[in-house]
Amino acid sequence: MADPMRIRAQAAGDKTTVRVLMSHEMETGQRKDSAGKVIPAWFIQEVTATHNGKTVLTADWGPSISKNPFLQFVVKGAKAGDKIAITWVDNKGDKRTDEATVS
Amino acid sequence: MQTRREMLARSATVAGLLAAAGFLPTSALAAWPQAAFDAKTLADAVKALGGSAPVESKDVSITGPDIAENGAVVPLGCATTLPGVKRLLLLVEKNPNVLAAVFNVTDAIETNLSTRTKMGQSSNVFAVAMMGDGKVLYAAKEIKVTLGGCGG
Repeated sequence: MADPMRIRAQAAGDKTTVRVLMSHEMETGQRKDSAGKVIPAWFIQEVTATHNGKTVLTADWGPSISKNPFLQFVVKGAKAGDKIAITWVDNKGDKRTDEATVS
Repeated sequence: MQTRREMLARSATVAGLLAAAGFLPTSALAAWPQAAFDAKTLADAVKALGGSAPVESKDVSITGPDIAENGAVVPLGCATTLPGVKRLLLLVEKNPNVLAAVFNVTDAIETNLSTRTKMGQSSNVFAVAMMGDGKVLYAAKEIKVTLGGCGG
């Protein structure tokens, strides 16, 4: 199981800015190790964000997203105390969900 | 001779059949647009996602540095003020596969997203907005990379 995500959700007026830092290698499948063998691709393919259980954003990612990916988005109408949950699934089928409270 | 395009189309069909038969491990993997991520140009990637020919527009904006010191971490943002956006795409022209990310946005999200991408070399980056009415708009920006982020 991968390390937890760091999620910050800050409300300003009726908008909430959510910043997510995921912990993932994001191997492209283009690199070679010291023995010249290709390191197989290993990257996050799908990210889902929910606000109080309702899906507000889904993203499909390719291997060209950076290692330990960062994602920022703005949710309309989220208030302090609301729950923001982020789920990712990588190309090996591994997944992780973390939740944060809007402050 | 079988062209790459035919091959891709065929593998998409096979993947679809496999998914329908429940052979793929998760639904998430079946939904991932493989053909779009294999595309080598902006037009091909948009086409693989079912969009029409992209048109440059001032209403879409892309943010990023003019010069990126480290190509492994290039902060990119895409934004548009237009209503009715279905998808936002981020692409890096000279990466092995141009498409970096597809964001399926809903009404509850502002169409302003940021993330970080890898860039193998200096190139143009594109932000593409696929609208609900079928229009595809894009904005481009050139980013110079001092140290590439895709090599070994």
